[in-house]
Amino acid sequence: MTDLTRLSAAQLAESLSTREVSSVEVTQAHLDRIAAVDDAVHAFLHVDGDEALRTASEVDALRAAGEDLHPLAGVPIAVKDVVVTKGMPSTAGSKILEGWIPPYDATLVEKIRAARLPILGKTNMDEFAMGSSTEHSAYGNSHNPWDLTRIPGGSGGGSAAALAAFEAPLAIGTDTGGSIRQPGAVTGTVGVKPTYGGVSRYGLIAMASSLDQAGPVTRTVLDSALLHELIGGHDPRDSTSIPEPLPPVVAAARQGALGDLSGLRVGVVTQLKGEGYQSGVLARFHESLELLQRAGAEVVEVSCPHFDYALAAYYLIMPAEASSNLAKFDGMRYGLRVEPESGPVTAERVMAATRGAGFGDEVKRRIILGTYALSAGYYDAYYGSAQKVRTLIQRDFAEAFAQADVLVSPTAPTTAFKLGEKLDDPLAMYLNDVATIPANLAGVPGISVPNGLSDDGLPTGFQVLAPAKADDRLYRVGAALEAALESAWGGPLLAQAPELG
Amino acid sequence: MTAVSAPTTPLVDYADAVRRYDPVLGIEVHVELGTRTKMFCPAEVSFGAAPNTQTTPVSLGLPGALPVVNGKAVEYAIRIGLALNCTIAENCRFARKNYFYPDIPKNFQTSQYDEPIAFDGWLDVELDDGTVHRVEIERAHMEEDAGKNTHVGGSTGRIHGAEYSLVDYNRAGIPLVEIVTKPITGAGERAPEVARAYVQALRDIFRALDVSEARMERGNVRADVNVSLRPAPDSPLGTRTETKNVNSFRSVERSVRYEISRQAAILDAGTAVVQETRHWHEDTGITTSGRVKSDAEDYRYFPEPDLVPVAPSREWVEEIRATLPELPQERRRRLQAEWGYADAEMRDVVNAGAVELIEATVAAGASPAGARKWWMGELARRAKQDEVELAALPITPAQIAELQSLVDSGRINDKLARQVLEGVLAGEGDPLQVVAVRGLEVVSDDGALLAAIDEALAAQPDVVEKVRGGNQGPVGAIIGAVMKATRGQADAKRVRELVLERIGS
Repeated sequence: MTDLTRLSAAQLAESLSTREVSSVEVTQAHLDRIAAVDDAVHAFLHVDGDEALRTASEVDALRAAGEDLHPLAGVPIAVKDVVVTKGMPSTAGSKILEGWIPPYDATLVEKIRAARLPILGKTNMDEFAMGSSTEHSAYGNSHNPWDLTRIPGGSGGGSAAALAAFEAPLAIGTDTGGSIRQPGAVTGTVGVKPTYGGVSRYGLIAMASSLDQAGPVTRTVLDSALLHELIGGHDPRDSTSIPEPLPPVVAAARQGALGDLSGLRVGVVTQLKGEGYQSGVLARFHESLELLQRAGAEVVEVSCPHFDYALAAYYLIMPAEASSNLAKFDGMRYGLRVEPESGPVTAERVMAATRGAGFGDEVKRRIILGTYALSAGYYDAYYGSAQKVRTLIQRDFAEAFAQADVLVSPTAPTTAFKLGEKLDDPLAMYLNDVATIPANLAGVPGISVPNGLSDDGLPTGFQVLAPAKADDRLYRVGAALEAALESAWGGPLLAQAPELG
Repeated sequence: MTAVSAPTTPLVDYADAVRRYDPVLGIEVHVELGTRTKMFCPAEVSFGAAPNTQTTPVSLGLPGALPVVNGKAVEYAIRIGLALNCTIAENCRFARKNYFYPDIPKNFQTSQYDEPIAFDGWLDVELDDGTVHRVEIERAHMEEDAGKNTHVGGSTGRIHGAEYSLVDYNRAGIPLVEIVTKPITGAGERAPEVARAYVQALRDIFRALDVSEARMERGNVRADVNVSLRPAPDSPLGTRTETKNVNSFRSVERSVRYEISRQAAILDAGTAVVQETRHWHEDTGITTSGRVKSDAEDYRYFPEPDLVPVAPSREWVEEIRATLPELPQERRRRLQAEWGYADAEMRDVVNAGAVELIEATVAAGASPAGARKWWMGELARRAKQDEVELAALPITPAQIAELQSLVDSGRINDKLARQVLEGVLAGEGDPLQVVAVRGLEVVSDDGALLAAIDEALAAQPDVVEKVRGGNQGPVGAIIGAVMKATRGQADAKRVRELVLERIGS
């Protein structure tokens, strides 16, 4: 019998619909895999097998009764712990939310439950999604299944590692500055950051409201499209949600897989290659460009001069918003509550003690940065200037998209670094997101597709960016590249990953 | 509750203070909008619900929850802005005001900062004697209310000394509009009156616009009053204090008066007024120092990234303007003209809170003069005696109209009418029922009257003589006797006619 955990979500959906396999079998196979390898990978913070199997058996019963089900019904999924799930812990990787059980579901979780995808559990992440390695998780880091001594990327390293370790066929991630795409790149998986407003933020524990976006984490481009279609669309509970219907992402993925990109103009961003990028990463990038050209695309070079300031602007806007978004964690209403060791127990002192004990160093660093950036007398110089840079970056994108249908770059400048390597050097850690951050600042969608192994034998990622609300272009290009690469490799990249356990 | 003993504050006599200093006011009024749901979520709003039952993940500030603007609240804010002659923003944003306090669930208040929905307006405020003072409006902006803290234990009900505190988030997220004046200058010694009249005028406007129940005692309308003194109207502004949550019209006036006397004493002593928040004590009539407020207090305002800008279309604004109800001042002018009251009469009616009552009484058929006579006369006395509002008396405008029509038709006279009124107020029913049950109708049967008259004439032959002699003065004695005999139910005019006829015959 085939190893069910090796199948893509689309393949599982097909086998489920023909009743070749049951959802209970599929779900159990993944739970068994989690039990076998997650001690080593630590992708999950919480696994709820009973709940997942209950949904799975419901799906099997409904299918047996001939009910019309969602195409992904019965395909298990893992959810990043920053997304609130009713009745299931949602800590966002922080001690300050330890033990909190949300009384409501995020909109995207409601959609997942309505479509009856068994939720396997919640995946590990950097605390409040602040980091590029999961090393800032309050519950210990995750490991990269390609090399357990390396980081799986971050902040959504748990979701990406779960996919790369075949612990789940689908997962949800969130991407504020690259937290879906960079883990995808370093684990050989696919990750999509939809257009800002494309997937509801209602129920995402906010880091930076104007940048956060939830999206799919999968092993194939088509799987991402299927999941994107499920979780996307307008939500009246999120004021920043896009009212228009989602573009036809699944159709675009299927069309792209046919391999014809004629008429497509691909823009290579001058500022997102060169210095700071590993030679193996650049080599794979150029090979992928050739494949796109061979599929009929025209490759042009475009310049986005203000991208050079993107990282600086991001590290003012993101902490500013985070400093305010994280103010609510004060021990007054939910989560951790710490009383001062001595002295009077006043509300203010409880708040201070709780926040002091409950937040990790990186979170504190960003709260302090953001508080400073918003302070009277500094606002214009920091937050104000950063917003101006943001506008300039949006203009760069507009001009670039006048010359090209999609923009491309390596997703991350390097492959997975060693655990602990950059922990004491926040700037080096931040630089890992240099190629992914511009998309968040402009609200445009991006995908990372695995495009080979670098000289060190570790996966690299190819990033495609499209104009806002043109997410379908990501899937067309991503699927075409994936098809060309897999035909060259003779199978998926993850087949080359070492066996775990 | 033990009284808080405040240090004795030296005061300057008020008249003396305003002779030597020019007071400047700044008033911030918060009004809770009467929308069905909260500002940013669908939690229901109703007064007096059990604590923490009117909440959603949004108004509890749960992780992940997001705000959505209540369109009705925006409409109400625009109504208020238009009524205050403001410009309505074509595009405006919400902002976060960041500070830590347990009654704001997110530890920031979603408010408006540099882009209020309405700005640059004015309101003409009429004082009791008819003087009009124009108050310039700086801005009116939308925001959400905080929850309510209750401090348990300790002696004062205040946080200091309390054993623990409880928070009720039912109020958290209720839509508010905050109206901020520009510095109110030129009021001089009448500054306290202007302050009261301004807050009262706003309250009346909120009610007329139907945007709030606007009940001061429930905290629907809350005023923060800033007061500063300067040596002369052309001097720079002095240091201000802000007296918080002054919750009745009378308190607004008293607290301003108190602050003027207090600050004058400080300035007289050559010391500086401390810029601070002060608390008003209704019972003792003084303010005490609260939190020292410096301009450096930093709320780290920034545009609320969870909300998109509010951009009311010009068509919508004009539609709202076109459907604005008549405002209290215009209405008063119209009614005064319709009723033919003199300025002073109308002012008395307004000050007595009798406009609506008289309007309803006139609508029920009474003449404006008759309606005013009852409400401003007998009933006003009665209300004062019972220490209640006129509207709280157990009598309706329709009953007053009925009473007046009984007088007009001659079925009862004024004296009987007062007895009928007593009966209605005592809960004996409508005027007609009281007349019937108490048997109070005027005796118009000449036969019955003549019998009483003959009796009176027989009893007082000396009077008859005098009248016959051409002196009509003493005839009143006979009339009085007849009225007494008929228990007041006779028509005095008719009695006089009959007595004269009788004596003359």
